[in-house]
Formats: sequence, structure tokens, C-alpha cells
Amino acid sequence: MSERTFKYVGTRPIRHDGVDKVTGRANYGADLSLPDMLHGVLVRSPYAHARIVAIDTTAAEALPGVKAVITGKDIPETRAKLPLGEGAIDLHDVSDNMIARRKVLYEGHTVAAVAATTLDIARQAASLINVTYERLEPVLSIDRAIAPDASILHEDMRTKGVPNASKPSNIAMRMEGKRGDVDRGFAEADVVIEREVRTPTVHQGYIEPHACVARFGEDGRAIVWCTTQGPFAVRDQCAAILGMDAAHVKVIPSEIGGGFGGKIVVYLEPLALALARNAQRPVKMVMNRDEVFRATGPTSATKIRVKLGAKRDGTFVAASASLYYEAGAYRGSPAGAGMMCALAPYRIPNFFLEAFDVVVNKPKVAAYRAPGSPMVSFAVESVVDEIARELKLDPIDVRIRNAAVEGDLAPYGPAYGPIGLKTMLEQAREHPHWKAPLGPNQGRGVACGFWFNAGMNSSATVTLNMDGSAAVVTGNPDIGGTRAAQALMVAEELSIPVERVRPGVGDTDSSGMTDLTGGSRVCYATGMAVIGAAQDVREQLRARAAKTWNVNVDAVRWDGGFAIPPEHTANAQPLGVAELAAKMAHTGGPIVGRASLYAPMAGPGFGVHICDLEVDPETGQSRVVRYTAFQDVGKAVHPSYVEGQMQGGVAQGIGWALNEEYIYNADGVMENPGFLDYRMPVASDLPMIETVIVEVANPLHPYGVRGVGEVPIVPPLGAVANAMRDVTGIRFTELPLSPPRVLAAITERNRETVGV
Amino acid sequence: MSKLHIEAVINGETREFLCDAHETLLSALRNGVGLTGTKEGCATGDCGACSVIFDGRLVPSCLVLAPEAQGRTITTVEGLAPSGEGAVLHPLQQKFLEHAALQCGICTPGFVVAAKALLDANPSPTEEQARYWLAGNLCRCTGYDKIIRAVLDAAEEMSGAVGAPTL
Amino acid sequence: MARVHLPSGLTQFTGGVADVVVDASRARDLLDRLAERFPALASQLDDVAVAIDGQIYQDPGYQPVGPASEVHLVPRIAGG
Repeated sequence: MSERTFKYVGTRPIRHDGVDKVTGRANYGADLSLPDMLHGVLVRSPYAHARIVAIDTTAAEALPGVKAVITGKDIPETRAKLPLGEGAIDLHDVSDNMIARRKVLYEGHTVAAVAATTLDIARQAASLINVTYERLEPVLSIDRAIAPDASILHEDMRTKGVPNASKPSNIAMRMEGKRGDVDRGFAEADVVIEREVRTPTVHQGYIEPHACVARFGEDGRAIVWCTTQGPFAVRDQCAAILGMDAAHVKVIPSEIGGGFGGKIVVYLEPLALALARNAQRPVKMVMNRDEVFRATGPTSATKIRVKLGAKRDGTFVAASASLYYEAGAYRGSPAGAGMMCALAPYRIPNFFLEAFDVVVNKPKVAAYRAPGSPMVSFAVESVVDEIARELKLDPIDVRIRNAAVEGDLAPYGPAYGPIGLKTMLEQAREHPHWKAPLGPNQGRGVACGFWFNAGMNSSATVTLNMDGSAAVVTGNPDIGGTRAAQALMVAEELSIPVERVRPGVGDTDSSGMTDLTGGSRVCYATGMAVIGAAQDVREQLRARAAKTWNVNVDAVRWDGGFAIPPEHTANAQPLGVAELAAKMAHTGGPIVGRASLYAPMAGPGFGVHICDLEVDPETGQSRVVRYTAFQDVGKAVHPSYVEGQMQGGVAQGIGWALNEEYIYNADGVMENPGFLDYRMPVASDLPMIETVIVEVANPLHPYGVRGVGEVPIVPPLGAVANAMRDVTGIRFTELPLSPPRVLAAITERNRETVGV
Repeated sequence: MSKLHIEAVINGETREFLCDAHETLLSALRNGVGLTGTKEGCATGDCGACSVIFDGRLVPSCLVLAPEAQGRTITTVEGLAPSGEGAVLHPLQQKFLEHAALQCGICTPGFVVAAKALLDANPSPTEEQARYWLAGNLCRCTGYDKIIRAVLDAAEEMSGAVGAPTL
Repeated sequence: MARVHLPSGLTQFTGGVADVVVDASRARDLLDRLAERFPALASQLDDVAVAIDGQIYQDPGYQPVGPASEVHLVPRIAGG
């Protein structure tokens, strides 16, 4: 499949929505205002764990300018589960997370919402809402949560996956995976290394806070404008939470200023709708950055123990791991995914894995780019590095020796199809970066990473215009350049210039049902629908040509943008797209192509990263001085945006490894809910990030596309940590490798060396 | 409390708006003047999404009080494209597009304004100088690689155009 | 008759049985058959996805299962 030569796919046109974005014209979530609009503000719990005894809203309601006040009792609880593809979302938890009913379960948990004529009045009203709490002991770590005397968050929670689990627990679920005989495997190993690591709570860090405008008509029909990765997901969550018919809710996605998985579950929209319904005026709600940190969905803090056994020649013979992931206030961490990814890059005949989903009094975690994989990769890649050091083997050679190849069984069961991991490791070994000399206080680390490729529901429509141009509409908000990729696909299928294709993002009325943008699925699954819709147009064009020539459609060929008549057809010349389009009205009417599908998850993605780190021994500060990322993307439709996805994931992974963390005090209050102290990488922190795109075609996609967006955040944690080990000689097992932590360890090690 | 009436030169035009005394310039630009190109990412001056040029100085408009705009000259992203030339982008904007220096685009207005301020102050920055100047602008999507390439490429084109001898 | 492989976490609910041959032509039916045969397993099947011949389906639904298909039950995962 990768043997096919493409005319448009693989080129780098300027994205169609680009001018709007560089001029500030593009409209994001907070950029819309409606006439007669009110402003909504939320009241949040100051306590990490407490029972709500009473809420007194009288003073707030009496304030002039206040038009609606709601608390949890105004939104009925629901037991609905939505088959939103990505694991049935438990709407009871989403709704309770959105506004607390009986208990607040994290600092920042919403307890009330106010709409008023100005933002100032709304804020003032919020401060007048009087909530009486009965404080409870907060549970702020995995160790505390699983302790026998732990304060329990949910009295009705029993550990799933454990037969006869009868006592209330903070462990929502236990999962297990096994192959072979791990005890015998370890017994046969020549070297066994075991490490326990911890990673902190980190946030996706999208620069655009959540925002929406909701309008509710007296006929029960509502419109929500919002920034989201999934307009259909928003519609269905709002409808289910408010007990409305989904047909009465229209969701219009704005441009989205970053999501990374954090803009799928709703936090504002149903509340904005409820306020708008009560006030009979539109309501706008925009989170501030403080709220985004405290009360949206960061990803899990983890405690992961990994044990790996190998023969003297570096062959892995056995592995075991136990993974504890914080879910936050409600069940549902990516512990299961972490378990499936842990050993995915390697062929290991004997393993035992267990994973635990643990609730704690922190915000409910949401998906963050390859959810569950980066943390466990950090653990495994650190241990692989240790094995290589112990056996005095090159770290890339050890990985090549054990790299999974086509036909090997993935740890979660099925055999891998064609994959590019080994190819990339071999390329990495030959790459100039791997051989470049290091300067003083510099070290080098390498790591692999793995992530799946979500499939699920996608729809696309391609409309042909009479001048031979085309429009393609899908339901996927464009976060990273997917509109450009879709235009390239239509151009390729119809052989028309990509500038004559207009890619658009529809709303829930104008687009067929489409699952969210994310999960590395848009170019893959929605791409398949776009290609299908374009091919549908092509088939209709063939039929129109047949009609024009009065021949059987089966005899009409299509070649390079032209319908070719059968030989010996009188008065018949090849007809191009533009000619056929111009005559559509006479040959049968409008030409609209459509495709909708449910794609399987497949064509998994691997990455290999090399990181050079320089550490200042006097301050503990480190800087990435060189970085190379290899990734098997199947087929790069628009290479610039593929490179961009790789570079962006690398930057997030570096931030996770070096500086980012939620800092909580003993009461469970986040102390750094701002960009100054939640330190994400800035331009001066990073070098140019070199990308090497490898294309091993994914047999499930017409062009061989694999999802690209998520894999690149997985290897950096291990690559940076291994580089740190290389520089300092110290194996850090806790992230982030921030200056205070590194300096303390260097100082301690120097003290010990000197023998003080 | 009644609002203040403020008059300022915004993107080359005298504009007026009403604002509260405690309102930020960011809010006044977006809501009072209706220029929503400048974005709020943090409201604490840490992300640069609200960057504007204020009397020749690059500032985070979330940390400037709206009344301070009285009588001042302000440039926002909407004022970057050269006016009077019809449908032409500023070289920085054009290079951002060519280099694919944006993905979600939310930080882009702040970056092009900050980059303009950089090139106004230093028409031929080194990569390091560009990175440090732009360290006040957060991007979560790109890893900054293509942004820096776009800025350096624009600098080269702009100083080339200025300095090239006519033959 | 599909061959179904259960992860070790779920074999606690099947008395240790990890490989089962199931007569079903659709994913939904296959899970129902499993729940019938192993009643203790039924409550655990809400959180599983199904891999049929290497392709993972988060929502098993009526995906066709062939007469010689290899089926693995895997935890449901989310992307981001």
C-alpha cells in the first residue's frame, strides 16, 4: 500500500483555516457573544472532602442583576451510561462531578452556579452563596487510599475484578494480565532488576480554558456553542444529564485551543443550559486558569513497580509489574491502558501484570494524550536501561534484541500486524545523534513508546459544486491541521487541486454522527470516511459520464480525474470532474458523496526517542540540548502537521519529566494552579526537535495511515530519565526531575562519595 | 458606578470604548472594542496569549488596566497585516503559515504580536535571542520548533527587503 | 466457533478457564454466551472491549465473528 504514488497526499499546502488563525479572526470558545447574554459563574468547594450540609442561596438570588441560581438538587441525578465508544461514560459520575449533590470530593468541586447580567455581579453573587460543610478526612495519595483505615470516598464502591468484594473500598477496580510462568522465567534469568517509580498529577495544559454559550428556547430546543473535541459527545452528555431529547440540543463547536483529551467530558455546558433555561436568556461561561487546574481533568498520579529479568545476552525472559493509578474523585483512571501498554514494545514470554484504579480526593482524571502509557513507559524504560547497564550492553541493542515484530503477540492478546519498531531502533542506532560526542555535564538517553489507534464512529460528506470544486464536512473539530489532511484526501481521490477543496467542521445538525477528535483517530478513521465519501462522488461521476455517453456504467473507467469512455463509443471524449459537475443538473441532480463507518482500533503506533540532557550540578537545573524523535506513522498525509504532532508530544513529555506537577498541601488544596508555578516548557527550554518519519503502512487504512497524535508523548519520560541517569549516575525514580529534587540527590550523592 | 470613557489609537485608528475602572485592557479590547483576536489564557501574565504592543512596548494586556489605554497607541493581532495594500499578510503571519507554526492556533495571535515586537527591537535575532524573547509566550501544541523557524525566516525576509540594494 | 482468550484477571470468574470455544457469529452474542456459561463473569463484561482477529472494538456491538476467529477480551481504553 505504501507503494502507491500520491499526487497530493504527502505534500505541504497551507492549511485552509490558516489565515483566520494568524489574523485573530478565528472564533474560539470565549469569542462568541449573543444578544441579551448573561454571564455564568460557579461556586466551588474550598475543601477536598466534605459532606454538604446546607446551601443558602437567598442573598445571591436577591442581588440585583442575578437571573438564575442553581445547585445540585436542581439537576436530577441520572443512571444513564452513554456508549460514547471510548468506554461507556458513566453519566452519573460526570453529572456529580459537574455539580456536587451530597459530598464534595475535591477542592474546587462545584456546588452551585449563578447567572447574572455582568461577570462582576455574577462573581459577587457567587460570594454570597453560603455553603455549610461537614469536613471529612481527605485522601490524597495512593498509599493513603489503599490503607485499611482509609477514609472512604464512595460508600457504595466495591472493587471490580475481585470476586466477592464486599467491603467499601477506594480501589475501584483491579485488572490482571498474565502469560507463561513468570516465577520460572525469573528463576532462569541471569539478571533481575526491580524498581518502583512515582509520577505526579499533571495537566494537559491547553492554553484555551473551557468556554461555552448556551441558549435555551421556551420550546425546549437548545443551542450550545462551545470549545470541545467532540460536539456529539457534548450533545449526548447534555441531553442525558438534563433529561432532554438529544434531537433538541444542537452543539456548534468553535475552533478549539488545544484539548489533548481534556475537552471531552463536560464541565460547563449542562450547567450553562440549565441557567439559560431558568433565566430565559443565553448564558456564557468561561473558566479561568485557576479553575482549569483545580477542577477539570488532569491525568493520574501513579505508583508503578516493574521487575524485569534477562539472560546475559540481553534477552528478556520475564517481567512483572504492579500499576496503581489515581482516578481522582470518581472511578476511571487509565490503569487498564497502562497495563496493556507496559510491555507492548517487547517480546516477553513470561509476565504477570496487575493494575489498580484508585479514587482519591483530587479532580476526576480525564484523558491526556495516550492516557496511561507515558507513566508506565517511564517505569519500564528505566528498568530496561538498568538491565542494559548491568549487562554492559548498548541500550539500543538490548531493545532491538527484544523488539516486537509482526506476528509477535501483543501483551493484550492479538498478534501484531506490520509495525515499524525494529526499523526505527535500527535507524536510531545509525543516526548521527546517537554517535555525536557529548559535552561536559551532558548525558544521553533512549526510550521506546507505544499507543493504540482508536477507531470508532466517523461520518463524512463530500459535495461537488458546479464549478468542479468540492467541499468536505466532518464532525471533527480541527485541533492540529486535520482539515488540511482531509482536503488532501479529497484532492487525491477526485484529482482536483487541494486549493479547490473546502474542508469544514460541521455541527451536530449538519454532520453525521462522529466520535471525538482525539485518540489519534481523525486522519485514520475519519480519514477513511472522507476517502469513502470522495470515492462515492467518483462513482456518481462515472455514472453521470455513462449517462452522457449512453453506455453501461461498468464500462466506464476512471483515470487521473477523468471518466474514460469505452473504446469505439461514438462522439465520446474523456470527461473531467469540472465538466461533469457543470452538467450535474442535467444528468441527475446534485452530486453528494457520503460515508459513515465504525473503524476498529488497530495499526498501533510506536516511537523511539533519543534525548541529550545537560545538568547544572550547582543548581540541579537541566536543559534538553538535543532531541530526535522517530515514529512509525504509516503514511504522512500532511508531513508538516505530522512533524508538528511529534514535536508537540515531545514537548509535553519533556515538561512532564522535568518540571510539571500538581503541588498539594496537607488539606488537598492545589498550591500552584497557574502557569508560573505549574511550569510547562517555554521556547527557551527546548532545542529544535528533529523528527524522523517512518512509514510502515497500516493495512487497515486505504493509504496506510496510523494515528500519529498520541505516541510522541510516551517515550520522552523514559528518554529524559535515562539521560539524567547518564549524566548524574543517579537513577531517579520519581518525577518530575525538577531542580530541587535533582540538586538534593546530587548533593546527597556527593556527600556520600566524600564520606562525610 | 458608571463606566469610564476611553479613547485610544488602536491599530492605527482612533477608537473609543467604555470600561469599568478595574477592568483589564484585555477585557476592554475583547468586549468593549470587539477585537477578540487577543486571547485570555491565564489572566496572570504568564502565557502571553494576551500580548499587545502598547506605546511601542510588548505587554500582557491582562496585566494592564483598561483606563491606562487613554491616549495611548495600541497594536493587536488585527493590526498586523499592512493596511491599504488589500488582502496581504504581514511576513510573520505568512511565514507562520508556510512553516506550519500553528496547530490549534490559540497562541498564534500572541506569538505574532510578540514576534513583531522582537523584530522591531532586533531585526536579526539569533535563534537563542528569539527563544528567550518569546519565552513569555506559551504554546502547548508545537514544541516551538516551527514557530522559531518561522520567526527567523520572517526576520531574514524582512531585513533582506529593507537592506537589499536596488539594482 | 470462535476461540476466546480471557485475560488472567477474568479467569478468577470462570474457575480458572482461560480459553473457551464459543458458538456465536456476533460480538454481542459472544459476550452473552460467555455470561451464560460463567454467571460470575457477567458483571465484569461491562468494562471489556473485544479484539477480533487483531482488531480492537471498544464497543463490541454486532461486529461479525467468523467461524475460526481469535477473540481476546481486553480492558476498555480511552484516547485523548
